[in-house]
Parts: sequence; C-alpha cells; structure tokens
Amino acid sequence: MRKNIIALALSAALIVGTLVNTVSVIPVQAADDVITIRVCNWEEYIDEGGWDDDEVIDLESGDILGENALYEDFEEWYYETYGQRVHVEYSCFGTNEELYNMLTLGDKFDLVCPSEYMIMKLMTEDKLVPYSDGFFDEENELNYYIRNVSPFIRETFESNEIDGEYWNEYAACYMWGVLGFLYNPDVLSEEEVSTWNLLINEDYCRQITTKDNVRDSYFATLGAIKGDLFLSEEFLNDPDYHDRLAEEMNDTSEETVAEALEFLQQVKDNVYSFETDSGKADMVTGKIFSNLQWSGDAVYAMDQAEEEDVYLAYSVPEECTNLWFDGWVMLADGIEGDAARQQACEAFVNFLSRPDNAVRNMYYIGYTSSIAGGTDGDQIFEYVDWNYSAEDDEEDVVDYDLGYFFGDEESGDYVLTVPEEQTYRQLFAQYPPKEVTDRSAVMRYFDGDANARINRMWINVRCYNIGKIKAAGWAAIIVAVLAVAAAAIYFKSGKKKTKAIRRPPQPQ
Amino acid sequence: MKGTFQRKYLGIPYALYLLVLVILPLIVIVSYAFTDSNGRPGIGNFISFFTDPNTLGTLVYSLVLAFVTTLVCLLIAYPAAYFLAASRIRSKSAILMLMVMPMWINFTLRITALKELLTVVEGNLAFHPFMNSVIGMTYDFLPFMILPIYNQISRIDKSLLEAAADLGADPRQAFIRVLLPLSMPGVVSGISMVFLPAMTNYVVLDMLYNSTYIMGSLIGSYFSAYDWHGGSMISLILLVIICLFTLIAGNDENEGSVRGGSVL
Repeated sequence: MRKNIIALALSAALIVGTLVNTVSVIPVQAADDVITIRVCNWEEYIDEGGWDDDEVIDLESGDILGENALYEDFEEWYYETYGQRVHVEYSCFGTNEELYNMLTLGDKFDLVCPSEYMIMKLMTEDKLVPYSDGFFDEENELNYYIRNVSPFIRETFESNEIDGEYWNEYAACYMWGVLGFLYNPDVLSEEEVSTWNLLINEDYCRQITTKDNVRDSYFATLGAIKGDLFLSEEFLNDPDYHDRLAEEMNDTSEETVAEALEFLQQVKDNVYSFETDSGKADMVTGKIFSNLQWSGDAVYAMDQAEEEDVYLAYSVPEECTNLWFDGWVMLADGIEGDAARQQACEAFVNFLSRPDNAVRNMYYIGYTSSIAGGTDGDQIFEYVDWNYSAEDDEEDVVDYDLGYFFGDEESGDYVLTVPEEQTYRQLFAQYPPKEVTDRSAVMRYFDGDANARINRMWINVRCYNIGKIKAAGWAAIIVAVLAVAAAAIYFKSGKKKTKAIRRPPQPQ
Repeated sequence: MKGTFQRKYLGIPYALYLLVLVILPLIVIVSYAFTDSNGRPGIGNFISFFTDPNTLGTLVYSLVLAFVTTLVCLLIAYPAAYFLAASRIRSKSAILMLMVMPMWINFTLRITALKELLTVVEGNLAFHPFMNSVIGMTYDFLPFMILPIYNQISRIDKSLLEAAADLGADPRQAFIRVLLPLSMPGVVSGISMVFLPAMTNYVVLDMLYNSTYIMGSLIGSYFSAYDWHGGSMISLILLVIICLFTLIAGNDENEGSVRGGSVL
C-alpha cells in the first residue's frame, strides 16, 4: 500500500525535486570543524535508545542498555576516539525502490542501507564508493566490522560478485535472514508448511497471505515450480549444488516467467491477500493461519503474538530459501571524494559492528546482525544464549548448533541447549541452523529485459483480464450503459418540456 | 500605479500553486507519456494500453466498481436526503451532522474499523473482494452523495409541489414530474463526486484484501517497476476519461442551475 502511495506521490516529488535542486546550492557542512554525514536507513532499523531500566541485558561480560540512539552515541564516541566532531543527519526510507527513487530525484546521502539486490543495482550503475583498504585491516582495533563479522557472512560477501566486482568491496553487511512461512502450529502441520506449494494448498483457501512484492513472490513461485528438481537425489548430491541452485533461483527465461505467471494466478485465487504489513497483525487476530514472511519480521511477530497468548512458529520450506541481506554502502554522489567524510562513514559502520552495539540493535529490531563477535568480545553469543537457552530444570531440551555462524564448528563452544520449541520458533527464525542456510540462494538484481519481464508478469497477475468477462457480464455492462444513457436523455428532454411550459411568453 | 498594491496580486499564491503543482506536473506527465524508455517520442504506450487485455480489463473493472458504488450510494443517499429535506423535524441539522460526521475522521481509520466489522459479519473477507470493496467505498463516499442532493432538494420551493397538487397531480406524479427533475443537478454533482474518485481509490481495496488492481494501483505498479512512461500514459488516459465525464456532467449541471435559478 505504502509503495503505491509513494509511487503516486513521486510524480509530484519529481517536479518539486528538480526545481529545488536547480536553485539550491547550499553548502552541506554547517560549521567548518564539524563533519556531517547523511545516513539513510530503513525505518525502525537502529536502536533509538530510551530503554527502561528493567530492559537491561545482563550478560556475563557486562550489562547492555540503550540510553541514547546509537547514532548519537556514535557522535560522542567519534569525538572521544578521533578528536573530531561528527554530526549524523539520520533519515529513513520505506522500500528499496523508494530509496532508489530518492537518489535519482537528487537526494544526497553518504551512507545508506539497501538490500542485496539494490546494492547490486547501485554497483552496476557505478553509484558507490568502495571501502578503503584501511577498513579491512584486522590489526586495527577500531575496525570492529572486519574483526567481528560472521565468517558465514564474510564468505558470502567475498564470493558473490556482479560485473566482476565482489560485494565486500562496496558493502558491509548489517542484517541478514531467510524467507519462510510464519504459521499457526495448531492449525497447520509441519509437513504442510515445509513446501512453497502451501501458497496454492486449497485446504487453506483464503487463509494464507503472501507478500505484495514481486521479488519475494517470484522467489516462492520458483521454489514451488522447480521443487521436484530441487528435492531430487541427483540435484542434492551434485557437487555444484549451490551454484546450480543459485542459477535456478535466478532463472528469468521467458518460459519460466510464463510458468510463474500461471502459478501466481493460482496463488491469487487461493490466498487471503497480497500484503505489505498487515500479515503480522492478521496472524495474531486469527484471520489467517500462515504468512509468507522474512525471518526478522517473523521473530518480531512471534514476540508480539506471545503477548496476546498466541503461539506462532516459523518454517523454511524444504526446497530452498532466499538468503537476503541489508548492507551499508557509501554513495559517490554524497562522499564526493571527501576523505574525512568517508572515514567518518566507515567509522559509523564499525561502531554499529561493535558487539555490544550489535546486541542493542538486535534487541531493539529483532533482526539478525551480521556480527558474530569473538575478537572484541563474546556478547553476541552470550546474548543468544541469554535469550534462548533453557532453564536448568527445563525438560524437552535439545542441542542447537550455531558453529557455522560463529566460525567454530569443531569445539562445540557454540552449541546451545534450548527448549525444543525454539527449534521452530524465534531462535530458528533469528539464527536458522546450517541445514537451512545450506539450501539458501541469493536472488540477484534482474537487469533490463529480465526485470521488465518479471514486472510485467506481476502486473498481469494483479490485473483483471478482460477475457474473464463472460457473455453475461458483457450483457450486464451493455444494459447498464444503455440505462444510464436512457436516463440522461430522459432528464434532458424532460427539462426542455418543463422549460417550455414554465416560461411565460415574453413580451415583444 | 506602479508599485502600489493591486487586488489581483492576491491571486499570486494560487497562481503559483497552479503552476507548480498542476501545470508543471501535467507537462511532465505528458512528456513521459509520449516517449519510450529511450526518450524517443511515440504513441507506443497508448497503443499498448488499449491492446493489452490486462490493462483494458483493469479499466473495465474500475468502471464497473465505480458504477456499482455510485449506484449503491445513490440508492441509499437519495431517499435519505429526500426525507430529511422534506421532513418538518426541527433537529434536521443534527441528523445531517450525523450523516456527514464520518467525513471528519480519516478514511483509512474508518476502513480499518469497517474491516473488523465485516470480518465479524462475513467471517473471511477474502471470499467477497468485490462486494467488500463496494461496501468500503460506499462507506467512504456516501456523505459526498447525500450533501449535494440534500442541498438541491432543500432549495426547491415547496409551493411548486403544492401547485402540482392543485393542478391534479397525485404525490407520485408530483415527485416524478416536478421534484425528481428539479433535484437532478444535486444528483449529477453527487455522482461525479463519487464515481470519479471510486475509480482510483485503491487504498480501500488494499485494506479490504482485494488483490485486483484498479486504475490507481495500476499506475502505482508501473511507477514502482520504474516504468514512468507507461504509468504516465495511464494517468493521462484516466485524466481524459475524467475530463470527458465532467464535461458531460458539467453541462447538465449548468443548465440545471440556470433553470433552478429561474424557478426560485
């Protein structure tokens, strides 16, 4: 919904934006000795402080409490560390497309946090500034990002490229997650939610929602229509499994898009709605039983539902899942080669990556930070442990191995003992186990024709095809048109008559 | 006279508004509508709108939805306005206020409330998307239909009806031959205040879980797919439809008011 409003508002914004840009040449820096960095992030995607005292996270390594917004803490920290005043001009965007449109309309930012496909789009358009070599120096104690980022994330960012350039050169991962179904375990069985075909499961006609978003819906669709292939022995045992999976999940050939159109039309006839943010509330009120959902939002929804005594669960279909990221990138238009500003932006990313700050963000947002910690403290794992571990006297506990994320699969140091229900609830959504990330694929940015094809397909799914109007429908339409025309003629002619009668003869 | 204040300067704020928020955007829309993504001029966007069964279907769907909404509004509003205007009760303005009161509250809030009500009644909203959209829009637009009809009927001189009775018309005839024609200007302006916005009021559809696009959401979807050219063309087509409609309705209304004036 919001997306559409914004799109419409843009036509107005476009004109105002171009006007303002041509006339305003106001210098950005307010005072000479203060560096201003313009940061644009998702809404509610950073700890804004103001925690109550009882919200303190009492980890072994010390208490964590968010007093001020993190970007305010950063200003202080930067001055203490580098002796230089920095001012963070913090603003928000609602969707990747909105951010992109803001940039094309001339808004200037130094540091923004789009999703992986938008990062790729910006990379191909040469709009980004690469991180400096100093950012990757693990010897420097202030480089919290490179010293603490999870090896799993680091490896992904170092191995994914577009146009021959690797992500890690331009982007620092902030939050990540997978795509799956939030569901009501009292109604749906684990088996039913373990496949993307849930979206067309007629047993739950009009009781499931999907995303009003072409990329997520297209991904789920590919997972369903290629499901048999993905679950075949031959495919699973292929040494190139990951590459093949990524290739299949980025298939935008005409035949596949045509198949997807057919599948999505079935989806449209079967789901409750295509939603942007009503799904979480509708799960709690019981309007729907399942909801295509990103893992981070699912954690939040499960927490919220619990307060209403509703217990929801999360599932990632067996076929495959979408591994998504949001990452910090610096914009060439904003930095304009200013080394001091770039240094402040990189420091901002590092500050957010300090393990205690990453914990604050996770607590506040509910999403999963890319930071694993280790070099600069074990707060992240302590936090996960603090959040999810079973009480000593609890029954039905199981081991939950997060070694892959924390970069140590041998020692067993990163195995939690958790209540059994956490293997399909918040912990599962926030830190999916290795077998889930193993069947994940990144959905790339679709360029030119492919993008147009998929968008066209999506519009066609949502439109009412004129061919669906039956003869009776046309007859009704014709009758209505004739009736309106007849009424109009009747009243117009009636008018003349009354006029003739009413008017007294004019004196000559 | 130079430098002194002239009354026409008072029009400058509105002229600016008109220029920046109406005329310039219109120029942008037209220039986008008649170019393709490479900036080449042409009518390709126009042709593709009228040859694609999906966009054409959306136009028909919007028209039908707007038509049914208008009809329902009219059927509810006319009797209500008529009885209110004709009645002798003293609390007329209080009742009128009750009818108009929903307009004081933002419509998304009202639709949110309506959603819960309808869920209680229907159980699952998703089975009746079209009907729910009509209900939502009716809820949204009804005051816009009642007010002009009420105003028009209240302006009709009661003695005309008495004269009709004196000349032998029974109440039914007096209604059909005198009151109904005289109230038509109100009906026409009510229709144009409901029909046109109903074609694009997609927020109601979104909120009531109707996943089918109407003209408003179709334009939005083009823009979010970065197809500014196709989206602008559809906006322009919609604009032309609206202009045609108001041209026809407007003619009617003018004649009506002239006539009304001569009667009163």
